Amino acid sequence: MSNNIYLKKGLDLPISGEAAQTVRGVIVPDVVAVKPTDFRALVPKLLVREGDRVLAGTPVLADKMSQNILFASPVSGTVAEVVRGAKRKLLEVRIKADAQQEFVDFGVKKVATMSAEEIKASLLAAGLWPSLVQRPYGIIANPEVKPKAIFVSAFNTAPLAADMEFVLRDEIENIQTAINALNKLTDGGVHMSLNAANYSGTPFHKFENVIQHTFEGKHPAGNVGVQIHHVSPIRKGETVWTVSMLMLAAIGKLFNTGKYDVRRKIAVTGPMAIEPAYVESYPGASVKSLKAFYDPSLDLRFVSGDVLTGTNVGKDGFLGFYDNQMTILEEGDKYEMLGWAKPFRPALFSASRTYFSWLTPKKKYDMDTNLHGGPRAFVVNDVYGKVLPMDLYPVYLLKACLANNIDDMEKFGIYEVLEEDFALCEYVCPSKIEIQQIISDGIALMLKEMC
Amino acid sequence: MNVLRNLVDRIKPTFEKGGKLGFLHSTFDAFETFLFVPNTVTRRGSHVRDCVDLKRVMIMVVLALVPAMLFGIWNTGYQHKLAFGLTDWTFWNVVLYGLAKVLPLYVVSYLVGLGIEFVSAQIKGHEVNEGYLVSGMLIPLIVPVDVPLWMLAIAVAFAVLIGKEVFGGTGMNIWNPALLTRAFLFFSYPSKMSGDTVWTGGVDRAVNGDGMPFMGGNGLVDGFSGATPLADPTLANLEPKLLDMILGTIPGSVGETSVIAILLGAALLIWTGVASWKIMVSSVLGGLAIGYLGYAVGATDLPGYYQLVMGGFLFGTVFMATDPVTSAQTECGKWIYGFLVGALAVTVRIWNPGYPEGMMLAILLMNTFAPLIDHYVIEGSIKRRAKKVKIA
Repeated sequence: MSNNIYLKKGLDLPISGEAAQTVRGVIVPDVVAVKPTDFRALVPKLLVREGDRVLAGTPVLADKMSQNILFASPVSGTVAEVVRGAKRKLLEVRIKADAQQEFVDFGVKKVATMSAEEIKASLLAAGLWPSLVQRPYGIIANPEVKPKAIFVSAFNTAPLAADMEFVLRDEIENIQTAINALNKLTDGGVHMSLNAANYSGTPFHKFENVIQHTFEGKHPAGNVGVQIHHVSPIRKGETVWTVSMLMLAAIGKLFNTGKYDVRRKIAVTGPMAIEPAYVESYPGASVKSLKAFYDPSLDLRFVSGDVLTGTNVGKDGFLGFYDNQMTILEEGDKYEMLGWAKPFRPALFSASRTYFSWLTPKKKYDMDTNLHGGPRAFVVNDVYGKVLPMDLYPVYLLKACLANNIDDMEKFGIYEVLEEDFALCEYVCPSKIEIQQIISDGIALMLKEMC
Repeated sequence: MNVLRNLVDRIKPTFEKGGKLGFLHSTFDAFETFLFVPNTVTRRGSHVRDCVDLKRVMIMVVLALVPAMLFGIWNTGYQHKLAFGLTDWTFWNVVLYGLAKVLPLYVVSYLVGLGIEFVSAQIKGHEVNEGYLVSGMLIPLIVPVDVPLWMLAIAVAFAVLIGKEVFGGTGMNIWNPALLTRAFLFFSYPSKMSGDTVWTGGVDRAVNGDGMPFMGGNGLVDGFSGATPLADPTLANLEPKLLDMILGTIPGSVGETSVIAILLGAALLIWTGVASWKIMVSSVLGGLAIGYLGYAVGATDLPGYYQLVMGGFLFGTVFMATDPVTSAQTECGKWIYGFLVGALAVTVRIWNPGYPEGMMLAILLMNTFAPLIDHYVIEGSIKRRAKKVKIA
């Protein structure tokens, strides 16, 4: 506990609909989807055709740029449909799932006796390589590179996020296996950041072969990018990898059981979720398979992930590869008369003191998707820093991104950030600027120019 | 509420693209969003948003200005009553006179300013920005009450067009538009902006009489001076007036006189976090520092704290220097910027015989240099951080 890092800045969003810690059943969805859009800058190559039979672990897609990176089917079944968008862009590979799951056998392996190359090869072959995400830019890690270090955040501070101790209760051994394996891929070790508030209460502090850090603070203290920033900032030319606890569990399972088993506990949350709780299901599970949790007659938004950074997948959509949370919100396409002029708006939350929600710190709010205003230029400049616990100048970085000024983007820290770190800035912005999109465009430009 | 909504929905198509009055789209949109928070939903990024928007931020500043405005209206009448010895005037006479004087300033300020804002939004096809709500509220409070309305109109037009719209509107401007209005008046029509006769309603007309009935005896009470404290900043003159200066019952620009009313506004701004307390505190520190320096070297016999309650110092510190668009943007830069605003304003007062008041020029000058301050603050911080990272 020696190196506890206290982050003063941040904001815990008081949104209602936290999942109760019970599992409401195992859902084998009728249809699951593998979505290349879950991965930044991926150019996918299709490996299957409609009607093909796949097992859990059969590769479905490959990365066109480095074709040894494979993406596997999470379930066994039949390829039902390949969905393409404009310009034939590959959007989804839909797989009709079997009732009984069959797995590809990758063979049980002893991590202790394996070399780095063998570990890489196993991860690549089993379709678990995409678990490793590279910083800067948040793209799938390049197998040719040896990263400075690997970072894991062992807690999640995002709104309504799944409780990691609950979700991974039975996976401790698998995670330890994965840590041992990943330790061989880097000289800098596996850094694990724990929540200081719950340090002794979590089983995670007993992991071996990790370099522990503890963080204390509000969201985004649990963001791995924020943690890297405080532990060992990324400089130009450096590469680190990040991996989530969830994917560690899957990696461990691969070595311990020989199976590509990505079944996970998924938190179904949000103000419009009926009796929010957990279910056991798969990445790529369809929204429709969760129909017990919502009223289909309402105008709802289904977000794969949390409300700040998740993807709007729509009622026909599917859960993302990295996500173990589905948030259900009401669409806020309603007018509110003189809303901004009312002294009180008790149903709405504001982090600013121009409203009175600071008087009710315990209250949870049924948030909807209304923008609550019109888009404007940057005017108020000190609200962003208050929710960004990084030693950066957010407005300057954003303006550099807007101006496509690569030198300034580097200077102001584009290597250290992802959209998720700026999500709260976007949330509090009174000018309603699409900040995550600006960062996203900035990263896309860097990828184009620098790689 | 529903009735109104239905009405708006019914006339909306007329103002949309292709509608009969489609060219008035921005104007319609401005009124609609004024009445109703729009039904827009988030498209990308964060799916939920804070309920605060720029309208709310701006309305907080407007609210913070209300005490100064109300006091200014009363004080306008009160100064008139003192000047002309109208001992039989009641509170309501005083307020009515003040209203009759100040209201036209507001009408001109908002009509001209908002008019230009609407037209330029229309031309650019943007939404109308609410920034002028604050500027329009500020402008009448920082001019002498007797300023001719046509001059005010020209000055407002200049400030909004040249000071703001050419840069791209609210958020892009480099100088505070309200102060630019004042600067324009100050340099174009100095006779209406300085001297002893402009600060009290009706006095200018009485003294320089254009054939008015007050010629000769001119109606002013004996011993009327009309001068603001800045005209003769000596201890002998000001010591007896200190309480008046804090209360604000002295001549001056409409809203700048009362320390108490301004502090009420400051409290609201700081509490809601709309304006930076760092700028306010550092500006006061800067003013005190130079005020006491001048006192120590004998350039003035006024102790430093007098500088805070005279003239437009406090009003400028609280409402003008803290404009988030034109002030320094970095937290460290705000300390430097604020300190220099206060220090420069008092420097001009004490050592420049040409200008009795320096607040306006100090803020405009520091507006100009704010980006430079930020630049060096950021460079320094990035260099420090790079060094730290290298060591670690």
